[in-house]
Order: sequence, then structure tokens, then C-alpha cells
Amino acid sequence: MLKKMKSNEKMKQLMTNYYMMGFASEHVSWITSGAPVEILYAMDIYPFYPENHSALFGAAKQGTYYAEVAEKLGFSRDLCSYARCDIGCVVSSVNVPNPTFLFACNNICNTVVKWYEVLSRIYKVPLFFLDTPFVRKELKENYIRYVHDQLVEFIDFAEKITGKELSDLKLRKTLQLALKGVKAYKDALLMGRNKPSPLTAFDAFINMAPIVCLRGTEYPINFYEEMKLELEDRVKKGIAAVDDEKIRLLWDNIPIWYRLKWLGEFFASRNTCIVADTYTNAWSWMIVKDKSNVLESLAETYIFIYLNVGIEHMAKAINDLVNIYDVDGVVIHSNRSCKPYSFGQYEIQKMIEVPSVVIEADMVDERVFSEAQIVTRLEAFLEMLK
Amino acid sequence: MIVAGIDVGSLTAKCVLFEEKVIAYSIAKVTPDLENTAKAVYSDAVKKAGVSAEYIVATGYGRNKVSFANLKVTEITCHAFGAKSIFPSCRTVIDIGGQDSKVIAVENGVKNFVMNDKCAAGTGRFLEVMASALNVDVSKLGELDEKADKPVNISSTCTVFAESEVVSYIAQGEKVENIVAGLHNAIASRIAAMAKRIDLKPDVVLTGGVAKNKGVKRALEEILQIKILVPEEPQIVGAIGAAIVGKNYASRGRKSERF
Repeated sequence: MLKKMKSNEKMKQLMTNYYMMGFASEHVSWITSGAPVEILYAMDIYPFYPENHSALFGAAKQGTYYAEVAEKLGFSRDLCSYARCDIGCVVSSVNVPNPTFLFACNNICNTVVKWYEVLSRIYKVPLFFLDTPFVRKELKENYIRYVHDQLVEFIDFAEKITGKELSDLKLRKTLQLALKGVKAYKDALLMGRNKPSPLTAFDAFINMAPIVCLRGTEYPINFYEEMKLELEDRVKKGIAAVDDEKIRLLWDNIPIWYRLKWLGEFFASRNTCIVADTYTNAWSWMIVKDKSNVLESLAETYIFIYLNVGIEHMAKAINDLVNIYDVDGVVIHSNRSCKPYSFGQYEIQKMIEVPSVVIEADMVDERVFSEAQIVTRLEAFLEMLK
Repeated sequence: MIVAGIDVGSLTAKCVLFEEKVIAYSIAKVTPDLENTAKAVYSDAVKKAGVSAEYIVATGYGRNKVSFANLKVTEITCHAFGAKSIFPSCRTVIDIGGQDSKVIAVENGVKNFVMNDKCAAGTGRFLEVMASALNVDVSKLGELDEKADKPVNISSTCTVFAESEVVSYIAQGEKVENIVAGLHNAIASRIAAMAKRIDLKPDVVLTGGVAKNKGVKRALEEILQIKILVPEEPQIVGAIGAAIVGKNYASRGRKSERF
């Protein structure tokens, strides 16, 4: 019933090559999803994303198994399931590119601080921790200076460990590529504005890995341009992602990876299309600010990201998406794992311009998912919107 | 047209035969075989009414297991329609069922709703567990509540932890009446926290099996500072709503999907 995109296959190839590249690389840095990867690519350091790796395991329904491995070591079940799954994989000797060093940025959450300290102890490699101040109301100049100075330190740190020197020209080129990649990605996502939409948020989730992991290389540019062509072709031929699209919704929070297909079918069979989501759009908002100083631009970009801002900013971002994609309602996933993403959702709910429903689950830990409860909430919500 | 509303909940199944008003109803304990439970409760209602239904709507957790139903609708929508038909002034429904509880804002159907999370706190099951710890019948909790003079404070919202609190109150020789009132206050504060997430407007109608317990009504009125209406038979409100939804749906030639 779900209409698979051709891009899914290309994405699989691309990401397989990306993982292979990691094993062939001289220097590998493990990195959090919201850290400035452009610096690594500019220095030919391979970035490995534990979060993406855990999401893959979640989608393959193996996440709970590895989370339990970590729990047996004493890690609390209340800890993020990406972290538990990752630590479980590491101690189970799942084949991953070994890190030369670790690069964690707390603009997505503060769990990464302790998580990466654990990794640092396991692998006995140095950790660089980039601290981004939280933007409650406005982004202040001294935040930018503070992060800028840490970026200078980070470059020094990476140069010393790898013996390589960062070329300013190459960093600028990498940023250009990142910018182009983000634009191509955003344009592909925006195809969801069509009525009916040629893609669902589930297609976006499946195909988001390149913009996360390969941002700053040529790959995402080509990949998302092709994805957009495929979607344009669907629009031209009158192919909708969901037959007889009657209700358009927005998804908030990280997907429930192990239920992606199930949710996709649930909505499709009820003529409902989730046309966009806040998670994949978080990377579409990563437009590098144009400042004469490259590191200041990077600093500003990475401070002002979705999970590092106050709820007024978050509500505004959601309302913008509500208007851009013209949706009838919002499905809010209260994610047991992701506290910064889920905290404030009930407040945000009051600030959203369309009706919304909260479902409780977890991105990787299947034990948290209660099917009957979620079906009732979602069905009642759809009955309410009809 | 005679419509049947069948509400297969987590603990009980309810069936209502409805024309302009309720003709007959039946309530039965749920067995693991939901389809047969639904059949049995339906035949019982038919026997009482002496007529059968032309159209059948299923609701509740077991709705998708009722294969002979013409339409399946969630209990949230049904409670809203059911409560509104009994009290036309109803703007908010608090439904406390066996395994979940919900607060529904009503306005030409459902305007908004919240449900409890994956936890028995704030549900009928919570009271069943506590009644058994106190060795009293669950139907007697309301009467006991009336006799309380100094309700104890139950600080845990978790059913398991609250049960151990109850056990320690018993050990301390606390009066059963005061423990019961304390439990009703605990359940009410849990519901009040949910109710705060939506705009609670009067009139508030309490439905579901737990609404039969006067102590819960008392505690909710105290904590919400609002008068609460309880239907004569609160347990069948979902089934009544299902029948009404079915009536509306069928009378529109089943063309419009709107209830």
C-alpha cells in the first residue's frame, strides 16, 4: 500500500558507501547530530554519527536488544535510547569505525556530555566538548564570541591529533557545499506543499541520513536534487503519496523508527498524509548565516538550532510549518528518550494554531510503545478533524 | 431506526439499544474472547428490548474485534455524543474507565481531548487494586468515603507504590474510611492535572464505571472547584454515544464521514 520512492534505494547505496568510507578512513571522529561537521569534512576527517547508527538499529528493530545490553551494565532505562543502543553496540563489538577522537556539542541535548564521556573511557580517545548557550529569547553577540573561541580551540585540538592543517579556503568550500546541500534538501521537502502531497514525512525520515551525515560533501546535493525530480515527476503524473488525501498533518519529534511502516500504513489507510515534520526540517533550517568571519557564521548557525531555543521559538517554527504545508493538525510524539524535544510540548500545544494530539512512545525502545493506546488517540484525533 | 451501540471496554462490555431514547441496555464482564463478549451483551440487550437493531456501532478498546458492527468509532467521540445527549449543556466530559481516563472538550462533537498515559493511575483499575488491598468491595468505596473525617494523604500516583502506602496506613491502624477518601483525592488530583491541559468549561459530566463512585465525584468537585453532573447510568454513556453516532451517520446515507 505504501508507495516506495526510488530514492530509498539510492539512499541505501549512498549510506552503505558512507559507512564503508569510515572503515577506510585514517582519522575518524564520532560526532553528535548537531555539531559543525563541516570542519571535519574540510580536514578530511570522517564523521561517524552514533545517533544515526542507533536510528538504523531502531528501524531494524534491534534497538531494544542493544538498549538492554547497556541496561545490564547499569545504564538507566530512563536514559536516551540512542545512547543506550549505541553503548550496547559498542560493548557488543558491533563493527563500527573506531574513533580517533570524539566531538560532542550540547546544542541538541545534555545527555551527549555524559554519553561521550563514557565513549571516551571505553575507547581511551580524547573528547572535545563544544558548549552552546541555550537561546531562551534572543541570540546574544557574546554567545557567538563564546562559541567562536571554542571552535578555534577545536581546530587546534583536531590539528594536533591528526597532524593535519585546516585550510581556510577548503573550509569555505565545504560550507558552500553544505549550504547547497541544505538548499537541495529543503527544496525536496517543500514538495510536500503540493496537494495532494507526493511524499510523506515517512519518506523524509527514510531519506534524511545524507543531509545529516554527508553535509559538506557533494553527495547530498545530487541526492536531493534527484529526489526532488522524482517528486516533481509524481506531481506531473498525478501520483499522490496517499490515495485520496483528505487530511494533512504535521509530525513533531523524532520518528518512532521501529513503527515507521506501521504508522505509514495507519495514516495512508485513513486517507491521511503526514506531509511534513519538525525533525527532518531541523536540518533544512541549518542555513549557514552569512558573516564575513566563517567561524562566527558557524557559531551562530549551530547555536540557533531547534532544540537549543526557547519554546516561543519552537512554537513559531511549528506554526511556520503549519502554514507552509497547510496542515489540518499536528501529531506530537512525546518521546520518552528525547527530553529536550519533548519537554514543553504541552505548552507548545497551546500555542499551535491548529488542533493537535500527543502520543507517548520512544524512538528506539519498543517496550515503550502501546499499540492500542496509540490507535485510540490517533483515530479519535482523525474523527475530531473530519 | 433502532441502532445498537456496543462499548467493549477493558473490564466491561456495554450494549444499548436506542431509538429516540434508550430502549434497553445490558452490561457484562469482558472475557478474553471479545467478539463473543460483544455478541453476548448484544443478544442480552435484544432479549430485554424484544427488538433487534438495524445498525450496529462498536466502540471501546475492543471495537475492532466486533466484526458484526457496521461502524467502529473511538470511545472518545462516543462519550462526547453520549454525554451531550443526556446533558445538552455539557461542555466537558471526564470519563474514568477501567483502564484509562480521559478529559474531553465538547463542542459539536469533540473539540479536544487528553488521555492518561500508559499507567493505571487515575483509572478504575487503580480503585480495584486499592479496594482489594483494603479488603472491601469496590462498590462500597463511595459509602466509605462519606464517613471519612480526616482523609489521609496518598503521595504516590503510581498504583503499585500507592498500594504499599495503603498497606502501611492499614498497619498504622488508620481508619479505612480515611484511606478511601485519600485514594479518591489521589485519583482526582491525577485527573485534575489532565484537565488542566484543556480548557475545562462547565457543565462537566462524569462518565464511565467509576462515576458510580460518589467519593470520586466528591473529590473531583473539591479539587476542580466545579459542580459535576453524573448521568443516572454513567457506565453506558459510551454505548449511548455509539448509537447516536450511528444514527447520525446512517441517516445521512452513510455518505458523509462526519458524525
